[in-house]
Amino acid sequence: MMDLTVGPNFFFWDATRVRAFYHDLAETPVARVVLGELVCSKRLPFWQDEIGPAIDRLGAAGKEVALTSLALITLRRERRQTADLFETGLPVEVNDLSALAHLPAGQPFWVGPLVNVYNEGTLRWLIRRGARRVCLPPELTLESVAVLARLGREEGVPIEVWGHGRLPLAISARCYHARLHDRAKDSCQFVCGEDPDGRDVATLDHQRFLAVNGVQTLSQSTASMALQIDALREAGVAALRLSPQSRDFAEICRAYAAGLAGQQSGADLAARLRPLVPDGILSDGFLTGPAGAAWSGDATPARVQ
Amino acid sequence: MMELVCPAGTPAALRAAVEAGAHAVYCGFADETNARNFPGLNFTPEDMAEGVRFAHARGAKVLVAINTFPRAGAEPLWHRALAHAEAAGVDAVILADLGLLAHAAEHHPGLRRHLSVQAAAANPDAINLYASAFGVRRVVLPRVLTVEEIAAINREIDVETEVFVFGGLCVMAEGRCSLSSYATGKSPNMNGVCSPASHVAYAEEGNDLAARLGGFTIHRTARTAPAPYPTLCKGCFTSGPQTGHIFEDPVSLDATHLIPRLAGAGVRALKIEGRQRSRAYVAQVVRAFRAAVEAQAAGRPLPESQLARLAEGQKATTGAYAKTWR
Amino acid sequence: MTAPLPRLPHALRLAALPLPLRPLSLLLGALTRRMAQAHPEMTRRMGDHADRHFLIDPVDLPWLLLLHPQGQTMTAHRRSRPPACDARIAGPLSAFLAMMHGAEDGDALFFSRDLAVEGDTAAVLALRNAIDDAELDLAGELAALSGPLAGPLRQALLRAERASGLTLHRQDDFA
Repeated sequence: MMDLTVGPNFFFWDATRVRAFYHDLAETPVARVVLGELVCSKRLPFWQDEIGPAIDRLGAAGKEVALTSLALITLRRERRQTADLFETGLPVEVNDLSALAHLPAGQPFWVGPLVNVYNEGTLRWLIRRGARRVCLPPELTLESVAVLARLGREEGVPIEVWGHGRLPLAISARCYHARLHDRAKDSCQFVCGEDPDGRDVATLDHQRFLAVNGVQTLSQSTASMALQIDALREAGVAALRLSPQSRDFAEICRAYAAGLAGQQSGADLAARLRPLVPDGILSDGFLTGPAGAAWSGDATPARVQ
Repeated sequence: MMELVCPAGTPAALRAAVEAGAHAVYCGFADETNARNFPGLNFTPEDMAEGVRFAHARGAKVLVAINTFPRAGAEPLWHRALAHAEAAGVDAVILADLGLLAHAAEHHPGLRRHLSVQAAAANPDAINLYASAFGVRRVVLPRVLTVEEIAAINREIDVETEVFVFGGLCVMAEGRCSLSSYATGKSPNMNGVCSPASHVAYAEEGNDLAARLGGFTIHRTARTAPAPYPTLCKGCFTSGPQTGHIFEDPVSLDATHLIPRLAGAGVRALKIEGRQRSRAYVAQVVRAFRAAVEAQAAGRPLPESQLARLAEGQKATTGAYAKTWR
Repeated sequence: MTAPLPRLPHALRLAALPLPLRPLSLLLGALTRRMAQAHPEMTRRMGDHADRHFLIDPVDLPWLLLLHPQGQTMTAHRRSRPPACDARIAGPLSAFLAMMHGAEDGDALFFSRDLAVEGDTAAVLALRNAIDDAELDLAGELAALSGPLAGPLRQALLRAERASGLTLHRQDDFA
């Protein structure tokens, strides 16, 4: 039976928004939540006091809770913070492989979608190191997902796939939000906070294309596995990962839960989601389509406005 | 002297690089096992063995990049590439994937292992993890670090470091980017290609030349202006009121004048990008850099770089090596 | 490498005009066959792309050339009647020759717009890479082709090279 995992929030939200988000999330039918700062360590001081209360509230609501590492760890301070994550007693979701260097011997961990797990050899190596749950990179095809999910089942490690959310396509040392505002990264003045779902990037022909979120580049489309639930279940996938967005997220969680329970067809689920996602664009092309931006529900991979 | 590691997309380029003074040449097999899986490029196992004989006879090394991430269910293709490399007598393999590193350490223990830039090992913890888990001897550092950060990393690790000094420039952390497959279905990690030519279309529209990748417009240039290749992250896009190169300008890396500082930072080897470039390009760049590393080793001033015309977009940057780039 | 690429001088260009297409196609065909047979790895290297039709458009010549590597054929066509093709590469003859002989880098020529590409870009890339690896020498191939006339032809080419600024032989010193 597939269930739902909510991933860490990618965006820079103020403490009030964070508090409301996890408050609402506790009431939704998701099985587990990964939280913490993934994208930029500079943001953390602004909302880290919300993490403890969120963990308590989610735990009280019966959710399994894990903490994420950063996606790109370079500074000494970031390395120390990563080591500290393993002291909390909660599972740590590794999203930069170097976090494993701080893992106390024998302590289990989760693997997030930003670690390159493309094949059986890598999955086996991570499981031998103590991986107990693995969310695969969104780029994988259905064939690869099926092979890895089978191995995961044999090893007793649940395999999760990207279920919903703007796709994390790249991470950089350069901050694109700061660059767009002609600011240096070190004096960014936290302009990424102005865009709670990332800042849209279109082509010169007005095609909706990407979104920037500080040092991260996302798809502008919201990936959704609404039409792929049966295929993923058949492949042996254990969970869908839902990635937070600023509006209507609790409703989105409930919609997927209805989809998983068979109370709603894939097409109905997609129709319910479309008005809820930023810009109303859905994609699922990495899994079975010609390119990541494609949507199996229609024939055109890129939609020109 | 710092080791000069030079690209070879073809046997002819390998010979040109060796003759122009490369200390080591890196190349790959003609399939999806390497990150420059471009049409018409790369080596058969026989080409590789012949290339190794040619290079070794002239005192140069051959390093083989097997640096894509093996496809689930198809790992034997990558495993065979390792076996072919060892049989050809190469000096090292350059790997990125955890599973492939584990396989190489177990089944080819005598084959020297370098960590590809595609593994994006950007801090000492990551590098030490790869060194202790897989016996990696050298790491190619991601192009996201400043010279100061490189020096700090070298103080905390025991393995050699290699850095890019010239050629194409990734703005994203390498090996962690699926922009290309979002637009085209083909990615560096899975297919060994970024913004592949098979998905590029040029169209003359009015006075413009539009370059599209997988149907997405990457840039428009005046018909007569220089036209960079439509690499996704170097494209011209619009965000709100702004239009421009939101990720990176169409520039390429030239860190020639940083060679003394990179040497001071403890860097062992300098890498030139460009396995997709011609033997003419390779020979010119290698010759210029060989002169530069010799001057550096002898404590002489560096010769002026003559390489601007070969650069993409004909403009150069020192990239992440300077902190202001961020 | 910083000098602008030479354009074919007008006199030479006019001299080329009256050359009838059929003998030209025969010569090009023989030359292409010879090169393909002397460098079998060139076609192998191109893989499936060898079966594409490449329209080579030397903008300073009066004709277009259609190359089919798999069939080892190259034919000349009038500009007024361009043949169907999978990819078109346009630029001054000197750019083609310089790229072919390793005197210039193909990528650099594309970036600077000396060469323009339309159609199947991947096939053009395969052709460019295969030619680069083959280390072709047009003067040598022409000389080999003409048998007893080899010596005089080579001399004539060297003179033409000096007069026109075109690269007609392989560059062994790239500097």
